[in-house]
Amino acid sequence: MKSMEPKHLALFGLVILLYIGTGFFQSWNTMLSILNMGLISCIMALGVNMQWGYAGLFNVGVMGFVALGGLASVLVSMDPVEGAWGTDGALRILLALILGAATILGAILVWSKLPSGKIRGLAVAVILFAGFFIFRAVLDPGVAVVEAIDPALTGNIGGLGLPVILAWPVGGLFAAGAAWIIGKTALGLRSDYLAIATLGIAEIIIAIMKNEDWLARGVKNVTGVPRPVPYEVNLQQADWFLALAARIGADPVTFSSIFVKLSYAGLFVVVLLALIWLSEKALNSPWGRMMRAIRDNEVSASAMGKNVKARHLQIFILGSAVCGLAGAMMTTLDGQLVPGTYQPLRFTFLIWVMVIVGGSGNNWGAVLGGFLIYWLWIQVEPLGLMLMQGITAGMSEGNALREHLLGSAAHMRLMTMGLILLLVLRFSPRGLIPER
Amino acid sequence: MDILNAVVALLNFVIIPATAYGAQLALGALGVTLIYGILRFSNFAHGDTMAFGAMVTILVTWWLQGMGVSLGPLPTALLALPIGILATGLLMIGTDRVVYSFYRQQKAKPVILVIASLGVMFVMNGIVRFIIGVDDQRFADGERFIISARNFREITGLDEGLAFRTSQGLTIVIAVIAVALLFWFLNKTRTGKSMRAFSDNEDLALLSGINPEKVVLVTWMIVAALATTAGVLYGLDKSFKPFTYFQLLLPIFASAIVGGLGNPLGAILGGFLIAFSEISITYAFRKVITYLGPEGWSPDGLLQLLSTDYKFAVSFGILLIVLLFKPTGIMKGKSV
Repeated sequence: MKSMEPKHLALFGLVILLYIGTGFFQSWNTMLSILNMGLISCIMALGVNMQWGYAGLFNVGVMGFVALGGLASVLVSMDPVEGAWGTDGALRILLALILGAATILGAILVWSKLPSGKIRGLAVAVILFAGFFIFRAVLDPGVAVVEAIDPALTGNIGGLGLPVILAWPVGGLFAAGAAWIIGKTALGLRSDYLAIATLGIAEIIIAIMKNEDWLARGVKNVTGVPRPVPYEVNLQQADWFLALAARIGADPVTFSSIFVKLSYAGLFVVVLLALIWLSEKALNSPWGRMMRAIRDNEVSASAMGKNVKARHLQIFILGSAVCGLAGAMMTTLDGQLVPGTYQPLRFTFLIWVMVIVGGSGNNWGAVLGGFLIYWLWIQVEPLGLMLMQGITAGMSEGNALREHLLGSAAHMRLMTMGLILLLVLRFSPRGLIPER
Repeated sequence: MDILNAVVALLNFVIIPATAYGAQLALGALGVTLIYGILRFSNFAHGDTMAFGAMVTILVTWWLQGMGVSLGPLPTALLALPIGILATGLLMIGTDRVVYSFYRQQKAKPVILVIASLGVMFVMNGIVRFIIGVDDQRFADGERFIISARNFREITGLDEGLAFRTSQGLTIVIAVIAVALLFWFLNKTRTGKSMRAFSDNEDLALLSGINPEKVVLVTWMIVAALATTAGVLYGLDKSFKPFTYFQLLLPIFASAIVGGLGNPLGAILGGFLIAFSEISITYAFRKVITYLGPEGWSPDGLLQLLSTDYKFAVSFGILLIVLLFKPTGIMKGKSV
């Protein structure tokens, strides 16, 4: 934390107070739930900060990368579904995916090798068209076989049955892969185009996860994703745990839940600290200075011989990978993958609020923003309800307006987040902890 | 071989719905492209602007319906539309005063305005959810069909029915009127010409004495009118649900970019291109091919290229292709 000003330390102190206050006034269990998601939000904010803060890339597809991370934790940690891995099922799907990739590669190859002209366009169109039908012809029977296996319980290919912690880096890799594809096409064009492209790819990733039941059961959701920490039920029966609970005089049931949350928090803190350390190192290295130079003036940076497009692609992939990592961690924490819960306002734009409010270009700012905004996101709802109860206190029971106001209090959080973003952008555009 | 029935099926399931949807997208994309051309940023709050305009119109429609006012065969919402436009316009101008004008004076980078529009999006989304909730709302009334499938079958004696809904007919008619008005305004009136001049070359426009604040004001009013109209027509045609309006952002932006950002003609072209591709790629052509094939034969599969759940993937795919091969769009747009 070198050279952090006292004012910024005080801001961190304030956020810590908010969390401790939540522990005292609500419950430590609630506080730890908020803290765990806050830690994950910080990691997402770090990822977005790399792209926006270091390099000025405008990525509004965070949700998609987060969801890919979630998919990774299912594909890595769930047990393989019995019967799916026959030659008629998952292997067929795998073959189809390889064929699909080969088609696209073939089309790209033909495009780059043939001289431009009508023949080239025609050849590429024919390859893509034929490839698509072959892909579907190979894929569809495989999908039918896999989805027919006990659809109420599985109906998907399952996963590799590996420890779930391994899924975290894999989630990063998945997101990096998607980022590479988008980056290759949309980077180097105008910034708005990257925004639209990322917005689109995020929606498509969610659509695929909702509709391809063979992959991760689609909207039927995957539950029971293995945990890296013990289960509450097992803890409550373990002798050492009961002894520990008795020693500190806590109720074993409540304590087991707190213990599990603390274990998660421990894991997340390790990841977060490692990422902050790496990001700080990178930001203060020649590479980090080059990134900021490119961000501030692309023309002069490229005149200095820096390959702007390659550097942009690099940082875009890195930042997206961090978001994917956070996504895998989140699914691990939830213990389930529910594609329907991925909402752009929650997983893309809220992260943006965190980065802007915290201070773009500053890793500590992103962390502060992550903790602060996530806390607000959770607490605005009860606060809004209290406000509405205050406003409507004078109205009679059963008054239509009163009912409406109380019922709508839940929507206050969107408005609040928007207002916070606008206010910070206007009056403190460099955020709470500005870039040094 | 039954060409007539095949054509009717194609009209019923692809061409008419796609034309109506294309008109809605075109109106939305025109708004995006005008903001881009004159205010020079991509407005992410546009979907929610449409939702807001539609919401006000729906509320007024309900009030009118409660008063017993109706337009006979036409939906009452048409009477409420001007009020919706006015309310949205006031909101837009207010937002501009409170949020955007500051960054304009600062000559902030376009991306800062985009981020500000994210904040506006949050707030507007919140307002809409707060007032009308997140559920589906139906507000269409009047005659449901211009031609119903049953009547069509009775009149023509064909097997295949053709339904032409009032909302589809209205969408097309109103879109044509709106676009004609817009182009007349941009090309013939003094204010419209000054808007175009401002869009082409801001410095030169300022030098020749064009009042930038007036241009901005008029732009927001026009955008409000286009967005509200698009939102109400979409709501009449399908149904009103705030979240779907947010999701419309993707096809709308795809239309505007594919046509060439900042180019109004391109926005219209892009809207129809996206709508026709979306619907024809996700339509199951089995019925049409069955009519075209020999008697008593029908294809095995549904003949659907992609399931309807992937309609976003279609607009996105087209967007990618255009971005890769012609980044300024089909009709040359501007790039800042």
